[in-house]
Amino acid sequence: MNANHSFIKGLRDGIPIGLGYFSVSITFGMMAASFGIPTWAAVLISFTNLTSAGQFAGISLMASCAPFIEIALTQLVINIRYALMSLSLSQKADSTFTLPHRLLASHFITDEIFAVAAGQNSSINPFYIYGLAVIPVLGWTSGTFVGAAASAFLPEIIQRSLGIVIYGMFIAVIIPPAKKNHSIWLVLSAAVLLSCAFKWLPLFAFISEGFSIMICSIAAAALGAALFPVKEAEQ
Amino acid sequence: MTLQTTLLYIFTMAGVTYLIRMLPITLCKQKLTNTFVRSFLYYIPYTVLGAMTFPAILYSTGSIYSAAAGLAAAIVLAMREKGLLTVALSSYAAAFITDILIR
Repeated sequence: MNANHSFIKGLRDGIPIGLGYFSVSITFGMMAASFGIPTWAAVLISFTNLTSAGQFAGISLMASCAPFIEIALTQLVINIRYALMSLSLSQKADSTFTLPHRLLASHFITDEIFAVAAGQNSSINPFYIYGLAVIPVLGWTSGTFVGAAASAFLPEIIQRSLGIVIYGMFIAVIIPPAKKNHSIWLVLSAAVLLSCAFKWLPLFAFISEGFSIMICSIAAAALGAALFPVKEAEQ
Repeated sequence: MTLQTTLLYIFTMAGVTYLIRMLPITLCKQKLTNTFVRSFLYYIPYTVLGAMTFPAILYSTGSIYSAAAGLAAAIVLAMREKGLLTVALSSYAAAFITDILIR
């Protein structure tokens, strides 16, 4: 596929992600406002970080004036999954993915952009990633602005259920492929069971949420790789 | 918070997150041939999102009942392979309506 064609295909594939991000980032903007973070700062965080869970954790640490090292470590733990996605994408990158493209395109690796890019049947070029990222970045940044600006006017009853939007989006990403592939379904179930055990069993109460996500996802994926190795053609 | 501290916080977060994303795809240029590693990478996005969503989704709204309603709506629609936005917003709508009903 040529650069233009890839970019346009990416743009189109990015529309549903961008709309989802717009609604989720409204929640983020509202939460930032409730922590006393200025609107411009909330928007700058969304534009430069482009991550959901990391930003939500980051603003509560900012609000409590946490040390920089704590903020850095929290981001490392919550966002380490992007390293695995980045490594996974390096396996799908075609020969046009030169160093400057890798330096730029890697910034746009999010859960959903990765899921769509990884779901492509062929290898991918950088222009597909750029096209794919445009609308999500716009949606994520503008939603943050709208949320931060509107928080003063929206009643609490509308705001209090907004936290579920991001999880609804995650469910929409993971269930369809799991339905089609028995191994994904089992591996996903293992991760969910482990994660619930970590949350609810007093034995694991000392493990923080960020670490729990990391341990559960690594353990379940390793189990899956051992029990249901994937043939090259399926990837 | 001063302007300078705010900016330092933001760029610390952004810097760490960028390095996490940039280093693996930049440093790893060869195809991985090990089946275990390839399979592990194939499963990782599903396990990360699964572990992030459950059980956290149950605590994401005002009450566990409204969250359960939102979760049920999301699962039913995702099983029917509806799009991201449809699933996410229907999940919110189910939670929101339940929230009003149980007050």
